[in-house]
Amino acid sequence: MRVNFTVNGVEQTADDVWEGESLLYVLRERVGLPGSKNACEQGECGSCTVYLDGTPVCACLVAAGQAEGREVRTVEGLADGERLDPIQEAFVECGAVQCGFCTPGLLVQAHDLIERVPEPSDPEIREALAGNLCRCTGYEKILDAVRLAAARKAEAGR
Amino acid sequence: MTMTPAKVPRELDSPLDGGVGESRRRPDGTLKVTGEFAYSSDLWLEGMLWGVTLRSPHPRARIRSIDVSEALAHPGVEAVLTHEDVPGFKFYGLEHKDQPVLAIDQVRYQGEPVALVAADHPEVARRAAAKIKVDYEVLTPITDARRAAFDPDCEKVHEDGNVVRHQPVIFGGDVAEARAGADVIVSETFEVGIQDQAFLGPESGLAVPGEDGGVDLYVATQWMHSDLWQIAPCLGLPEEKVRMTMAGVGGAFGGREDLSMQIHAAMLAMRTGKPVKIVYNREESFFGHVHRHPARMRYEYGATRDGKLVFAEAEIILDGGAYASSTPNVVGNAASLGVGPYKIPSIRVDAYGVYTNNPPCGAMRGFGAVQACFAYESMMDRMAAALGLDPVTFRQINAAHPGDALATGQVLEHMAPLAEMLGRLKAMPMPPERDAAGHDLRELPGGVSNTTHGEGVRRGVGYGVGIKNICFSEGFDDYSTARVRLSIIGGEPTVLVHTSAAEVGQGLVTLKAQIARSELGVRRVTIAPADNQVGSAGSSSASRQSYMTGGAVKVACEAVRERMFKLFEERLGRPPASLAEAVEHLPEVLGDEVIDETREFHHHRTERMDPVTGQANSHTQLAICVHRAVVDVDVELGLVKVVELAAVQDVGKIMNPLSLEGQIHGGTAQGLGLALMEEIVVADGKVRNPSFTDYLIPTILDMPPMRLDILEYADPRAPYGLRGAGEPPTLSSTPAIVAAIRDASGLALTRVPVRPEHIAGSS
Repeated sequence: MRVNFTVNGVEQTADDVWEGESLLYVLRERVGLPGSKNACEQGECGSCTVYLDGTPVCACLVAAGQAEGREVRTVEGLADGERLDPIQEAFVECGAVQCGFCTPGLLVQAHDLIERVPEPSDPEIREALAGNLCRCTGYEKILDAVRLAAARKAEAGR
Repeated sequence: MTMTPAKVPRELDSPLDGGVGESRRRPDGTLKVTGEFAYSSDLWLEGMLWGVTLRSPHPRARIRSIDVSEALAHPGVEAVLTHEDVPGFKFYGLEHKDQPVLAIDQVRYQGEPVALVAADHPEVARRAAAKIKVDYEVLTPITDARRAAFDPDCEKVHEDGNVVRHQPVIFGGDVAEARAGADVIVSETFEVGIQDQAFLGPESGLAVPGEDGGVDLYVATQWMHSDLWQIAPCLGLPEEKVRMTMAGVGGAFGGREDLSMQIHAAMLAMRTGKPVKIVYNREESFFGHVHRHPARMRYEYGATRDGKLVFAEAEIILDGGAYASSTPNVVGNAASLGVGPYKIPSIRVDAYGVYTNNPPCGAMRGFGAVQACFAYESMMDRMAAALGLDPVTFRQINAAHPGDALATGQVLEHMAPLAEMLGRLKAMPMPPERDAAGHDLRELPGGVSNTTHGEGVRRGVGYGVGIKNICFSEGFDDYSTARVRLSIIGGEPTVLVHTSAAEVGQGLVTLKAQIARSELGVRRVTIAPADNQVGSAGSSSASRQSYMTGGAVKVACEAVRERMFKLFEERLGRPPASLAEAVEHLPEVLGDEVIDETREFHHHRTERMDPVTGQANSHTQLAICVHRAVVDVDVELGLVKVVELAAVQDVGKIMNPLSLEGQIHGGTAQGLGLALMEEIVVADGKVRNPSFTDYLIPTILDMPPMRLDILEYADPRAPYGLRGAGEPPTLSSTPAIVAAIRDASGLALTRVPVRPEHIAGSS
């Protein structure tokens, strides 16, 4: 089948898509955006988190056909050209990135959190990111990064 | 022309400042946060095929026949291979070449690779693989490691017997005599379940056939040259025809020491003449790599009434599963570190590594020291309780100090005194008491499942001590190789650092640039992708890369610096007054010339353990971490919330504070996982929970805030005095958490992971 959708503001058409393919597979293997990661393929780890019409979803749980006509935003679409989004900047700066495999999904989820909740408390951050597994960091530096990005965003908004 | 994937590992520019000792951004950080970093699963080539592995559903069976005809006829399929198609030597392995590339006439564990398929779409390959007819004669699996080791009537997993290694350690006086003189004796049997590395990036890679009959492999591994030495003979190729490039690695933790898809993808690529990508999914990943050895450990300790240990006796049985992997060295660690960093006059340890038809086990962060640590620390608590002593005081009384010998006779040197580390740990501030009113559900056991509002919840505090060997042990002449090139690019001195060392997330890429900047005084440092065009860097394991590859980069930089100074003197007629001056004049001194030096770094020699007594200076370096855990336990439901973890660790020299803290946090988290939730459940040789739905790893809600106190007792033999840091926290956090649960619940808890039913008494 053919799937038409918008990814990071660009219209995309994927041809010869098998009906069983996920949005994640189409992104990674058909439209050349492998930033979203496949770590469990059953919605447990959050590594494939993308925005679908503005809502974070696990791209591995979305059938490719469900993306027809919709807008997807992936980790590749967070930065403004060369300028990193504050959450990306904070992840690098705070040491929240080690192997980095969980990072794309965590970034989208954390980006969504600080869009919705300007200055989240620690329990709010933990709850929001509870669906994103990280095996390297023990999460401390990820908390640091989200706090920093939220503070900078709040500062910039004042 | 050789095909190059659309996305390949590239040179990394590092920040323009920051030497040894400073926190700096990772050179691969920006690529990783923008999704541009090329992991091994992200590689893509026009016209590439997908490889799939057919695995045995049985833990033990004879293979009567394999019929691939129907699979081969499936539209879209380009190759179906079995052991008959292995071009060269049909076996591989880290220490014993006991593992077939593809099963030959029998399978020894559930998930053993039997056949391979390459097709134009992964789903086509999977469906074709399902059409391969394997006629199995199913046999009863050998699953009891103790029986496999000691019962002479037990069947054999391999012809040469079920014991892979037995290593005794006999230290000091006679244990029986010491037992007679002990005032108090305690004994217990402990168990550790199978832990999985659960790295986030499943096994994957791309094999590209070369025009010379060789193959280009883009893979995620911990030790490229060890892979190469195993791959080339199986492919029947000389090593120079197997060109390896490290693709991005999504975590490792020991799970990438053994080969997974490397030979398989290369075989399919060589057969089809097309690039072949293999990517395991999570379920396959659970079968695609070795795990942490499960252990059954019988311990007995004796002490005098005033709190001095007089003997320790231990029998440690490690179930290595179907193939040897690194079991021999895991046994060496468990034996040599079997009673921890304590001064005990009489010691007898017997550690066994055993073949069974359970999942193969090998390297995982902590490597044999983790299992023993849970047992000896539990024993320390038990003995302290029997003597009516505070657990910290009892440990301090018996702590080995620098100058004291371990069980192997090896003397502790140049490291923080354990008693002082414990003192500092105990003095660290405690988290606030639980607020009985106004509590946040998210901070209670059970969390937002709303299982308690505080009723039945008790707080506990526990301590744990762990000692880990750093670098490879037991006489192995370990080394790493680094190439450092200095040239003028765009008028600016630029250094390229090239090694084959695996960056698995730990931050070695950052450190290599920091070392080059410190040693050569330049701003601009570039890190070349890791490949086998430079000599072996050894494994990214045993907490060794800062020491070994850090050491190699340092000596290569020193060689470059020497030539830089010599050139300065030749051209300007005097030696430079300082490194800064030499660098300042580099553009004119060096011109178009290039200084390019490659150096190997070896650590001091170690000794093999005596096969009868275990006595030896077997370890390169030793490192201690101590943890304090504070937990809230719902004793009625058996749910645990870890409130805080505090740690004191001696790292010799802080090379990069940010990376170091990340290692301690991450190592601590894996120890928490083992304490509370992580276990591959096996029944009759079959894995029951190969998914992230059923194999749980800690989430951000499970991890508490961590408090760190990092000490720098320099080791004069190590580069910059550093001490490997990645593994020790994985040891000590587990027993500390379990001790805290015991403190809260009053239960004995002799097995990890501790499950709710162990606490609530429903098991």
